[in-house]
Amino acid sequence: MSSLWSELERVLGEVQKPARYIGCEDGMTVPDHHPDAVAWLLCYPDTYEVGLPNQGLQILYEILNERSDAVAERGYAPWTDMAAVLRREGLPLFSVDTHRPASDFDVLAFNLSAELVYTNVLECLDLAGLPVRTVERADEDPLVLVGGHCAYNPEPLADFVDAAVLGDGEEVVSEITEVLATWKASGGGPRAELHRLLAVVPGVYVPSLYESTFEDFCDGGAAGRRLADIRPASGLGAPDVVEKRTVADLADWPYPKNQLVPLTEVVHDRLNVEVFRGCTRGCRFCQAGMITRPVRERPAEQVRTMVSDGLRRTGYDEVALTSLSTADFSGIEEVVASTVADDACGQVSVSLPSLRVDAFTVGIAAEIQKARRTGLTFAPEAGTWRMRQVINKLIREEDLYAAVESAYSQGWRRVKLYFLTGLPSETDEDTLGILQMARRCVEVGRRHLRNPSVTVSVGGFVPKPFTPFQWFGQNTEAELRRKVGLLRDELKRDTKGYRGVQLKWHDPRATAVEGLLSRGDRRLCDVVEAVWRSGGVFQEWSEHFDLDLWTGAVEAAGLSFEEMVYRHRSEDETFAWDHLSAGLHRDFLWQDWRDALNAVGLEDCRWTPCYDCGACTGYGIEHVVASTVPPAGGSQGTGQNLGTGGEVPVMLMTRDGSEDGSSKPVSAGVG
Amino acid sequence: MRVRIRFNKVGKVRFVSHRDVARIWERAFRRAGVSVAYSQGFSPRPKLSFGLALSTGHESDAEYLDVELVDDRYVAEEAWGASGAAAKDLSEALTAALPTGMCVVAMAPITKGDSLQQAVVSCTWGVELDGVERAEADAWVADVLSREEIVVERERKGKSVVEDLRPQVLSLRVDTESGTGTSGVRLLADLGTQPRALRPTELLVAVDPPLVARSVRRMNQWMSQGADREEPLTVAVAPAPPTTESA
Repeated sequence: MSSLWSELERVLGEVQKPARYIGCEDGMTVPDHHPDAVAWLLCYPDTYEVGLPNQGLQILYEILNERSDAVAERGYAPWTDMAAVLRREGLPLFSVDTHRPASDFDVLAFNLSAELVYTNVLECLDLAGLPVRTVERADEDPLVLVGGHCAYNPEPLADFVDAAVLGDGEEVVSEITEVLATWKASGGGPRAELHRLLAVVPGVYVPSLYESTFEDFCDGGAAGRRLADIRPASGLGAPDVVEKRTVADLADWPYPKNQLVPLTEVVHDRLNVEVFRGCTRGCRFCQAGMITRPVRERPAEQVRTMVSDGLRRTGYDEVALTSLSTADFSGIEEVVASTVADDACGQVSVSLPSLRVDAFTVGIAAEIQKARRTGLTFAPEAGTWRMRQVINKLIREEDLYAAVESAYSQGWRRVKLYFLTGLPSETDEDTLGILQMARRCVEVGRRHLRNPSVTVSVGGFVPKPFTPFQWFGQNTEAELRRKVGLLRDELKRDTKGYRGVQLKWHDPRATAVEGLLSRGDRRLCDVVEAVWRSGGVFQEWSEHFDLDLWTGAVEAAGLSFEEMVYRHRSEDETFAWDHLSAGLHRDFLWQDWRDALNAVGLEDCRWTPCYDCGACTGYGIEHVVASTVPPAGGSQGTGQNLGTGGEVPVMLMTRDGSEDGSSKPVSAGVG
Repeated sequence: MRVRIRFNKVGKVRFVSHRDVARIWERAFRRAGVSVAYSQGFSPRPKLSFGLALSTGHESDAEYLDVELVDDRYVAEEAWGASGAAAKDLSEALTAALPTGMCVVAMAPITKGDSLQQAVVSCTWGVELDGVERAEADAWVADVLSREEIVVERERKGKSVVEDLRPQVLSLRVDTESGTGTSGVRLLADLGTQPRALRPTELLVAVDPPLVARSVRRMNQWMSQGADREEPLTVAVAPAPPTTESA
């Protein structure tokens, strides 16, 4: 079928931000669709502005389009106004590259980076003209795949997707393409047969080939039904455990080679160069750090080439060196120095989206950000040393204050601090410690500035699969509300003392739903469908989020938040992801959970002996780190004495009432 | 060296906003490797100034921007003279760095003077109508021209403002090449821009029966009125035909 552009251009005048729907990016491919090519529509189930910069999607887009047996285009969730216009006009979901209908593709592959987008996946399938449930789709309908971090527990979407793909996609997209190309060439057949062919591709999980059983349980306060077992249905050839995919060496994958440059403003609107994948700092709340192990650094020389070529080609004046903790990149200093020195790049700024909390990091930031020193962001994550030992974010207060001192003294005017609340064993003292830290940061700032500003951003903690905290019962919505209230009251109690501190928080209601989907089993499919059918789309957007839709649907399905989100799980509890693997040994995670409760920290394994978590040993791969010594500075895994973390050696000057600045503690937040 | 550039905006790229066009230009200069002056201060930006904003979704043969070049290749007067190749080289380099649907169509050095927004007094628009027969369009045009005033009420900064649009309708006619049915009926209008630019879509709904535009295209911007009126930059030859897209 041909392009829908002539129909679309008539209605684009009616919708907000029509540039979302036109494509035309620099770097875009106009693929040559032919009958032998497997046609992929790579979908991001959120707006164009959020989805376009996604590097994973762009990497797969290039790899597939380089193949002679595949073509790939991109699609994004139309905003609600556009969805209404499409339905009114009888137009389907379309690709932005050549404006082809989604149903013309062989595969619709969704990137899942957050739980609250799940209902948008259903919305996209429906707009594509497809039944949302796999069993109701015809054999010739496109295959529906999901990947991305949330695909490590795809059970809440089990009834809607044909397969979930675990881990790095670079290699497995080609293997899936080969299966589908052969399938197409042979004339196709029943969907169930295709499922069996896909299930033997390593990293591909086909939910329809697995069966769940449930059991009654009574566990202290909570009672109800829970997952008893999930295993492959017999005789269908699906593996007992689906292992994630890992590319051994990032140097083999210098993608994206032609990063897309959109014509309209998007989030992260800059050149992005991934400097390493994986992280072994071992923060226990962090799913990304656990599931992407081991650390694989890109060679510094390749990073430099990708930065300078990318800047020249795109015309961007900003490049982000991306990873889970970029200051840990062993080539960071030379890459930064050469980028800044590169005249051809003009006035380029480099951003490090994930700063480590120490003065060394700020030093690098100062070197690269000569202009526009507005704000720096750090993530101490918890307000007391005890709490940070529990979560294994081993930042000492002196590191934070040194970093903040360094920032304010070098011209930055705002500091933003990220924290989690609702962490295991958290007390009110820990929660209020957040404000103590912020207050001291303001005091440090006053030595350099009249009105330093510290923004505290607090998010409710959501336990994630394949982390040591997967056994933890999430704080209830009411408890998170109480903790946010505690912080707000404390600010009001001493407005003068907290001058300069601003508080923002993530909506605890959204946290509750994220928790539901994060560790839920396939009984949640009915809930996700019911919420979508009641109009619950774009749930990660505060203007559309509606907790009542979720609580109603959970109740109607005979489930409860208490049983699925808030209760602690026992050591032998069956998880909805027990048949999937990120390489991590369950006993390693359990031991780390016990260590957490004992407030025992664990150093970075890059520079200490192996803990045998399983991520390397299980797959016969290793860390790829250019440097055998840890980077300068930093406190975690760098051989410093972790016993002194609670000390505050920085001398603080107090300047009471000597200022009449207009900056007042303000509590503001979403929700 | 201050340079004025005329460019077009046709096809899919017409759905890009005025603000996005500015960002596209900033990237185009960097991609073409052409150095431009930056503003001073805390957050330096390239010194580009654009003329009257074009509504998102409208096409144009006559968009303008002024830029201060500091590039060695383009700062000398002689580069821009009859024997110099600056205009040609730079036009080609910038067009190659712009998205499909945006092309440089003219370029010349300018001396300091009025900004584009101050200098332009009117625009010529081509408006293709949707679902209107030739005769209806003729009657509508005659009605507009016969009126002494066209008073509309509109919201401005939260307040209701009463305004007469009629003085801003400098000329209006149905394109003689329009067909007689409902397809391809096109209005040609000269609408004033001072003190506030009248948008063609505003005029279409200000007089009953309201008309609907299928497409709107800015064809010229003018710095004066009358027979010898001048554009900020004249295009020697007809502008390049719209890029055909593989839509």
